[in-house]
Amino acid sequence: MRGSRTIVTVCWSAVGAFAETARPFLSPTNIFAPVSTPAQSIFDLSVFVLEVTALIFVLVFGLLVYAVVKFRKRRTGDGQEPAQVYGSSQLELAWTVIPVLIVVVLFLASARVIASIQNAAQPSNAIEVTVIGHQFWWEYRYPSLGVVTANELHIPVSDPVHPTPTYLTLLSADTDHSFWVPRLAGKTDLIPNHPNSMWMDPHETGLFLGQCAQYCGTQHAMMLLRVYVQTRDEFDRWIHQQRQRAQVTDTVSEGQKIFQRTACITCHAVGGTVANGRFGPDLTHLMSRDTIASGAAPNTPANLRHWIQDPDAIKPGSKMPAMGLSDPELNSVTAYLETLR
Amino acid sequence: MSIESVAGPIPQTAMRPPLVEQLHSWVITVDHKRLGILYILYALVFLLVGGLEATIMRIQLIRPHNDFVSPQVFNRMFTMHGTTMIFFVVMPVMFGFANYLIPLMIGARDMAFPRLNAFSFWMTAFGGLLLYFSLVGGDGLYGAGSAPDVGWFAYAPLTSKTFSQGHSTDFWTLSLLISGFGSVGTAINIIATILCSRCDGMTLSKMPLLAWLNLTMGGLVILAVSPLTAAQLMLLIDRYLGGHFFDTQAGGSAVLWMHFFWVFGHPEVYVLVIPAFAFASEIIPVFSRKAIFGYPVMVAATICIGFIGMSVWAHHMFTVGMSSNANTFFVLSTMAIAVPTGIKIFNWLATMWGGQIHFETPMLFCIAFLFQFLIAGLTGIMQAAAPFDWQLTASYFVVAHFHYVIVGGILFTLFGAFYYWFPKMSGRMYNEALGRLHFWLFIIGFHLTFDFMHIPGVLGMPRRIYTYEPGRGWDIWNLIVTIGVFFQAAGVLIFIGNLVWSYFRGKLAGSDPWDGWTLEWSTTSPPPTYNFRAIPAVKSRRPLWDLKHPEDPDWHYE
Repeated sequence: MRGSRTIVTVCWSAVGAFAETARPFLSPTNIFAPVSTPAQSIFDLSVFVLEVTALIFVLVFGLLVYAVVKFRKRRTGDGQEPAQVYGSSQLELAWTVIPVLIVVVLFLASARVIASIQNAAQPSNAIEVTVIGHQFWWEYRYPSLGVVTANELHIPVSDPVHPTPTYLTLLSADTDHSFWVPRLAGKTDLIPNHPNSMWMDPHETGLFLGQCAQYCGTQHAMMLLRVYVQTRDEFDRWIHQQRQRAQVTDTVSEGQKIFQRTACITCHAVGGTVANGRFGPDLTHLMSRDTIASGAAPNTPANLRHWIQDPDAIKPGSKMPAMGLSDPELNSVTAYLETLR
Repeated sequence: MSIESVAGPIPQTAMRPPLVEQLHSWVITVDHKRLGILYILYALVFLLVGGLEATIMRIQLIRPHNDFVSPQVFNRMFTMHGTTMIFFVVMPVMFGFANYLIPLMIGARDMAFPRLNAFSFWMTAFGGLLLYFSLVGGDGLYGAGSAPDVGWFAYAPLTSKTFSQGHSTDFWTLSLLISGFGSVGTAINIIATILCSRCDGMTLSKMPLLAWLNLTMGGLVILAVSPLTAAQLMLLIDRYLGGHFFDTQAGGSAVLWMHFFWVFGHPEVYVLVIPAFAFASEIIPVFSRKAIFGYPVMVAATICIGFIGMSVWAHHMFTVGMSSNANTFFVLSTMAIAVPTGIKIFNWLATMWGGQIHFETPMLFCIAFLFQFLIAGLTGIMQAAAPFDWQLTASYFVVAHFHYVIVGGILFTLFGAFYYWFPKMSGRMYNEALGRLHFWLFIIGFHLTFDFMHIPGVLGMPRRIYTYEPGRGWDIWNLIVTIGVFFQAAGVLIFIGNLVWSYFRGKLAGSDPWDGWTLEWSTTSPPPTYNFRAIPAVKSRRPLWDLKHPEDPDWHYE
């Protein structure tokens, strides 16, 4: 008895240790590898719910298997019908009352977590970001820091002792979207005319992935999310750099001219120039981003050129039109964009 | 009163009339059995179509960055798949069985309103055809015509003129509007038939459970489909008459559509699953050779599910930014529904307990249903816990969960019902070996597909994406999920083949192949147009048990 208990303990700790080490590696978007308080509270609740449901499953599954095996028709049956039982008030009362108790417990556990996440007061030192969902990309505005960027969200890591959580205000420019970075928090929808909010306080630095989780149109699949959690120093440096105006040199002014006389500037903004469109991502610091097209491709010169030439080749159904530029024009525009650091 | 005297002699097949005349007689029929069969055949055709759409999606998702279909086609496929399976497969097939079985089981000659019955069927049929006409009609966009691409719950403002040009959304709206009239007509008919056409001695508490469950289903259809119809009209007003109910660019509300849709959408789940419970409640007792355990509690639990089911809709909306109070309320109402559902599972289990379980194909499907519905219920509890749902909703976990309900729960009992009542409807037995082959192929395919589909959801894969990035840990699971589809498809083809073959070549079934207890087994297979030569009179819930066991009839105990 004692030996078997030891074996069970060893097995459980082995499984636990394996799960612990494998969690982040299983997937960069694993909901069971939380690094932020809301995700952690959800994880703790989910473990409790999983334990309760697993217990119910084992019990009822066991009873079902037992019934199917034990009461199967025997070959040696005498052709008599089995004894007819029409019900039992005690039994039925039991399997009404016990589930009611389980439901009460699960309900209270859930209600506590709902309140702890949804009703958390925003501290005065919180970073505020306005997230605006567009078909099919993300706009990020830091209103108190004077930064506008797209598709790659930068936030500071939050020290559990001196938390600096990030509060997101979620808006939509067109259809419904949903902000979901599983390791940081549960998802919250971005709905036009219906501002929402959510918060996260990541305890680790690093890149956290996710994507739009509410069907928003043709390219819902490639509306990817990238959240860069940085140390406070790195984050401050990034903010400082993002507040600079665009630098333009003479060698690329040809590309800038083409950019400005083509319809590009209807949708895109470049700080400090006449380009002030707001339908597409702000390009002032395009080259500070690792990806283009909302994470659909790495931000390399070749990809950038290809994207300008034929957006549908990288992201079919995206809202960016092909402008029909000639090869020299493409080269000039790409060269110009590459200076936007 | 013997069984033969109730049924009358088997009618001799005279010279068959010409084919055109036979078809004509099916088109103009008001016979509940023929309309039932029309509903069922119609649903089977759409089952194949919807299955084909699912297969196309699964092939596209077999590996990351696959380009089997374009995003435009993929989005149309999931919209058509969902709309088809809910509105033009499961609902009509349930109406078909209800139509066929209810008059036979309550000892009536037909439904209460035979012509309303025919009208309702043809409205539903027209709705489905209109939906599919979008493939060739409308603007004929690239890839899949102008089939709708807004998802089966068509969230605003994606359906507004701004984001959905052309007529694809109009096909979706109008087809559901029209089939909705058919659904409400049939629901009224079912309720009226059950309340007004029962034979002598069949009080409400002596009805077969199938009648009780369909009565509840009928009530839910009227309550649930009406708001959907209203919402479709409002959407049409938005699109063509300058209304702004859901037009967010003019100050309309996207959340209002969500409430309208889910106040239909969640009761709809019970509209579909309660008739499935009805099949299980008829099949499990007969194949366990025992009376249903706790009949009054089963009835009470069903009605309870119906009422609570009307108050849980916003658990589809935990992430749309409702207040914490609203979220908490819907956690409670949603979890509460687990109690009556649990009672049902335990009562079926208790029905099997102490019986002699026969493992013919109908019972195999019902036993699998019990296992699978248990799991579906438990994953449902997980999502009822709102914070857990903030992670799980709109991911592949929720896709796996509701397919566990609709395929693992509803479709499995439906297959059971097909095999159980096929001898009654056709007069011939199906092939048992092929039935078992269908069962095993389908259960393997089902578990390959839908067990493993939970995993990418937990690993962060959202639903409705036509492709995904490598390196997310999703690849292997998607491959397994797609492989399962082919097992399921093989199972369904064998099922159809079995039905066709058995219809022409099967052994004659006789009136009562299962040694059953309810009134439909007292008449011939297939029953005559008038069902019963003399309207039967009953004294208990199992009139045929009383006939077969005059020494120990049920009415001694009820």
